[in-house]
Amino acid sequence: MADKRKDKAEETTKAGISRRKFLKGVGVGGGMLGSGVLSGSLLQDGHGAQAAATKVLGPGAVAIELNVNGKRWPLTLEPRVTLLEALRDHLELTGAKKVCDRASCGACTVILDGSPVYSCSVFAIEAQGKTIQTVESLADGDTLHPVQAAFVENDAQQCGFCTPGFVMATKALLDKYPNPTAEQMRLALGGNLCRCGTYVGIRQAVMQAAQNSPQNSHQNSKTRAPQAGRQSRAGGGHSNA
Amino acid sequence: MQAFEYAAPSIKQQAVALLGNTWEDAAVFAGGTDLISSMKDNLLAPKRLVDIKGIKELGGIDFTPAAVRIGALVTLEQLLAHPRLGREYPGIIDAAAGVTSPQLRSRGTIAGDLCQRPRCWYYRAGFGLLAKDKDGKPLVPNGENRYHAILGNQGPAYFVNPSSLAPVLIAIGAKVRLYNGSSSRDVPLEQFFVTPKSDAERENVLKPNEIVTDIIIPAIPAGERLSATYEVRQKEALDWPLAAAAVALRMNGGRVQSARVVLGHVAPVPWGAPDAEKVLTGKRITADLAIEAGKESVHQANPLSKNAYKVQLARVAVKRALLRAAQGGA
Repeated sequence: MADKRKDKAEETTKAGISRRKFLKGVGVGGGMLGSGVLSGSLLQDGHGAQAAATKVLGPGAVAIELNVNGKRWPLTLEPRVTLLEALRDHLELTGAKKVCDRASCGACTVILDGSPVYSCSVFAIEAQGKTIQTVESLADGDTLHPVQAAFVENDAQQCGFCTPGFVMATKALLDKYPNPTAEQMRLALGGNLCRCGTYVGIRQAVMQAAQNSPQNSHQNSKTRAPQAGRQSRAGGGHSNA
Repeated sequence: MQAFEYAAPSIKQQAVALLGNTWEDAAVFAGGTDLISSMKDNLLAPKRLVDIKGIKELGGIDFTPAAVRIGALVTLEQLLAHPRLGREYPGIIDAAAGVTSPQLRSRGTIAGDLCQRPRCWYYRAGFGLLAKDKDGKPLVPNGENRYHAILGNQGPAYFVNPSSLAPVLIAIGAKVRLYNGSSSRDVPLEQFFVTPKSDAERENVLKPNEIVTDIIIPAIPAGERLSATYEVRQKEALDWPLAAAAVALRMNGGRVQSARVVLGHVAPVPWGAPDAEKVLTGKRITADLAIEAGKESVHQANPLSKNAYKVQLARVAVKRALLRAAQGGA
């Protein structure tokens, strides 16, 4: 069966790929749940040996594993599934919100290997092997995380749809700078939008959360974050992700 | 979004081998901050994504006596976090910090910033890079052109180059290294960007089976490291500049020995301003001189029906970039 499919795919690439045939190819791939590799490629490779050295996955669903909130989740997903869709539609973690879905609003913010990212603009398949933290990881049972508690206490939301994204962007900020300057806070939340305009409450919440954060109970002035601006050291230790 | 194949090679030869001969075949995938949205909007529908993030040699920032090499995969956040880069090339830091979203900075790469597609809303709405109606008439000159080009806009291209980093990288003399699987070519960054004359052309010289591997910046002697970028934006938070300017100055005894002035977001390519550079040469930087240079930089501007305001914004961007550069540097 696999051989037959391969022959078919090779014929297709020799003839060039029509849209119809391409879609057909997608359908074939879709039937191969969990097999990992589509036998026969959609593309004719110019440099056969080099290209063959890399596994080509999809376009059908492939087995992947995500490390979300400290747990490993096996999934079978097409490469085109975003991390946000994987979280919401496959893991039922609906804290991260799909709003603009275009890397602009921040409602889908999660923390990937320590850095805040727009999960709408990360593919699930490339998030394998990385640590993914969503807003669901913050509360300990009924006890809110200091960032969440500060958002509640400062009335830092109105409709609340942007809130999980702001909370995760804030957590990423405080993980990096437990005592952020006003400038650092402004820069750290610049990638999140609140259409209700609750920014004043949000800024108050961030400052309160900084004071209440567990890291801060034994902070002293020596560990204050540097000033933002040209000389700011905005981070470090990132992968190229 | 159309389904696609995904491959994550670990060496650059493999990456290029996995690309196709046409843009429709495959797309290079790194930060994905522009590519994924473009695929969702069906502006791009590559059959394969080649994820280059696992290719170690495309990362890293290396200083040698003659040059600085910045790997294509270096993120904007990594640029900001690099102390020596910030000391010697402050204009790069200004530009990277202008992307006011840690989410974008942690994913977006330097090469991705250079290769992102224009933000022209006609292009983004599916009317093509040269934005024409069904009779082939250009839509921009009498359309919603408030964010479009004020220079280099004699047609058929009216979009503005969207790169945050290109103006300052051009001002400091950067080259971009392109690799095709068997050899590399170095292209001065100002020649990397081109204004397309037809639908068959794109906004840069990259070919479908090439990747950007490195950005190479000449070393600048201590004492001459004056550079700055200034962006005029509507919002402090994440927003595209309405106009931007980058300058790089070499000083001699408090006077400008040579200057480079490059505008962003005003033309289909980053726009060099040689007339402004001439005004600056041999002079001390003062507020009045900076204003004069700003005027010279756009004296040939040809605004469209709704974007004349950008001419003044560009003047201000040049003035403020000059004053910022003159204050800074090592």
